[in-house]
Amino acid sequence: VSGDVSFTTKGYKLHKLDSGPSSEVTLNKTDAIHYYKQMQVIRRMESAAGNLYKEKKIRGFCHLYSGQEACAVGMHAAMTEGDQVITAYRCHGWTYLLGSTVTEVLAELTGRMSGNVHGKGGSMHMYTPVFYGGNGIVGAQQPLGAGIAFALKYRNQKNVCITLYGDGAANQGQLFEAANMAKLWDLPVLFVCENNGFGMGTAVERSSASTEYYTRGDYVPGIWVDGMDVLAVREATKWAKEYCNAGKGPLVLDMATYRYGGHSMSDPGTSYRTREEIQEVRKSRDPITGFKDRIITAGLATEEELKELDKEVRHIVDDALKVATTDEMLPVEALYTDIYHNTPKQMVRGATIDETIPQPYLNSQELLKAIGRA
Amino acid sequence: STLTVRDALNQALDEEIKRDERVFVLGEEVAQYDGAYKVTKGLWKKYGDKRIIDTPITEMGFAGIAVGAAMAGLRPVCEFMTFNFAMQAIDQIINSAAKTYYMSAGRVNVPIVFRGPNGAAAGVAAQHSQDYSAWYAHCPGLKVLTPYNAEDAKGLLKAAIRDDNPVVFLENEIMYGQPFPVSDEVLSEDFVLPIGKAKIEKSGDHITLVSYSKGVELSLDAANQLEAIGVQAEVINLRTLRPLDFETIRQSLKKTHHLITVETGWPFANVGAEVLAQVMESDCFDELDAPVFRVTGVDVPMPYAQPLEVAALPQARHIVNMAKKSLNIQ
Repeated sequence: VSGDVSFTTKGYKLHKLDSGPSSEVTLNKTDAIHYYKQMQVIRRMESAAGNLYKEKKIRGFCHLYSGQEACAVGMHAAMTEGDQVITAYRCHGWTYLLGSTVTEVLAELTGRMSGNVHGKGGSMHMYTPVFYGGNGIVGAQQPLGAGIAFALKYRNQKNVCITLYGDGAANQGQLFEAANMAKLWDLPVLFVCENNGFGMGTAVERSSASTEYYTRGDYVPGIWVDGMDVLAVREATKWAKEYCNAGKGPLVLDMATYRYGGHSMSDPGTSYRTREEIQEVRKSRDPITGFKDRIITAGLATEEELKELDKEVRHIVDDALKVATTDEMLPVEALYTDIYHNTPKQMVRGATIDETIPQPYLNSQELLKAIGRA
Repeated sequence: STLTVRDALNQALDEEIKRDERVFVLGEEVAQYDGAYKVTKGLWKKYGDKRIIDTPITEMGFAGIAVGAAMAGLRPVCEFMTFNFAMQAIDQIINSAAKTYYMSAGRVNVPIVFRGPNGAAAGVAAQHSQDYSAWYAHCPGLKVLTPYNAEDAKGLLKAAIRDDNPVVFLENEIMYGQPFPVSDEVLSEDFVLPIGKAKIEKSGDHITLVSYSKGVELSLDAANQLEAIGVQAEVINLRTLRPLDFETIRQSLKKTHHLITVETGWPFANVGAEVLAQVMESDCFDELDAPVFRVTGVDVPMPYAQPLEVAALPQARHIVNMAKKSLNIQ
């Protein structure tokens, strides 16, 4: 099996646009396998995270991406070198896609040294050279993303900053402030609303006077996309990137998706919706099984190939789990690192004056080197 | 020659914008209007739309955009028309700018300057008259600079712009128009002051007055009055609040054994309170020959009417009185 196969995606809805992305898309075998694997890695990684949390090996907050995989994988597939991403706290999948390993993600969740930021950030704060986190304050990432796009434009880079937020954060004032300036200055920013139906436990109809999020940028054009279809997401993102980089300014992408788990681990996710609703989405709209069926039917992959792939994915996650549950945590000296960049060592006030000390190491890299871990 | 604080700030911006392609200024009315307080006067004409950017009235939004641009490698100077309006944006200053370097284990640094007038202006009532020094100085990850005169303004602003971390730069509107004598060195484009170093504005052996910004002016006034009664006060201009140069205070105390802090902000948990706490907890405590006193703004929101406004702020006489009390002079 080789060559491109055509698929038809669900229609897009357009706001203030005369034309939009095509519903006729093509897919080759390599990409089919690649997207399937990426989505499976995220799904498995997140279930592993869920289990770690239940075993009390992850502290604090932990927001899982299960159900939303097609959004990140589809957007990532459309990215080109130099494109940037920023999101809110549901960031594990993006961290993996943008260059971190499964081990680095899971070990960050368990607070270990091999974590993405060696255990200093945790679930909501992971980074890669093109990924600005992982932001814990709902909505704060919206102007930050516009600012990253500002820097792209300032340097005449033909790139975009994908700025993600949920349907909950779609009501933050910061979004409207950022959208106004982004449009005013034609910043190459894609404001992407991952609409999973609920801001914590508040259904979109209960939080938003209009749930047509793709229209809510008013003068910023928008596109509604089936966020459960990796191909529709990829196509829409490609189209949006071209639009932005033609100097036309920002776009809003409204990706209709669904979150299987609760808002975070302490939320069973069943008081504000029914178990039947979740089951129904799993059965009829799941981004992975849906995609799997399509590529098998189209002859881009066989059941056996994908089974092999599933096995491989299981191994990747299992190996990562071993590290994430056995690796050491940073020594306590790390408390005093990474306060200021390119600044001589500071005295850091401890819990008492007697424990006020000069920084033993300026940054985590220096510390890791000293203990033979970098 | 002399230089006003406003012109010193303008010079610093001009030189740093010229020096580094990544530096730009954004804020309300900074470009075509020439700055609400004319600090950015002439810069838009000189550098154009790319480097000097008028924003809409949308503090949280443009502060966030500036922080994002800094994360992505630019060096924004984010002007707040006054720091009273920065309260709308304080989440971006603290949560996005100050904490990201730590949270990212040193992966993402945020080279940005937040600047604008801070503290009480004249006749603008409660919502426009507040000193935020203690607010920002409270937060690790930020550097907080508080210039007093033209030399400070120029050297510290250039240092702030060249620094690789978020810097909160607290100016004082009342000082903008004030001329100060400056050396040729200050006027040169290489003049940069170190962050984290206080300056002894006037040396003396009898009592130490620790202050910053407009408080330094009051302290120098008071020092002159004290001189008339034979008291030599040492006046320390902190210049930087975070990181605090406690060593300079320590050395001064070893000599004078008497200490007063002076600031125009509210008393509760203010900068003076921090200085006092550090004195109490360190070997400096044994150097003290008298309790330490704070001279501060009165613990009320700022009233509008002039006699009330005057009464709400510390005057030189308050410093003189407390110095006499400390030194047991009748």
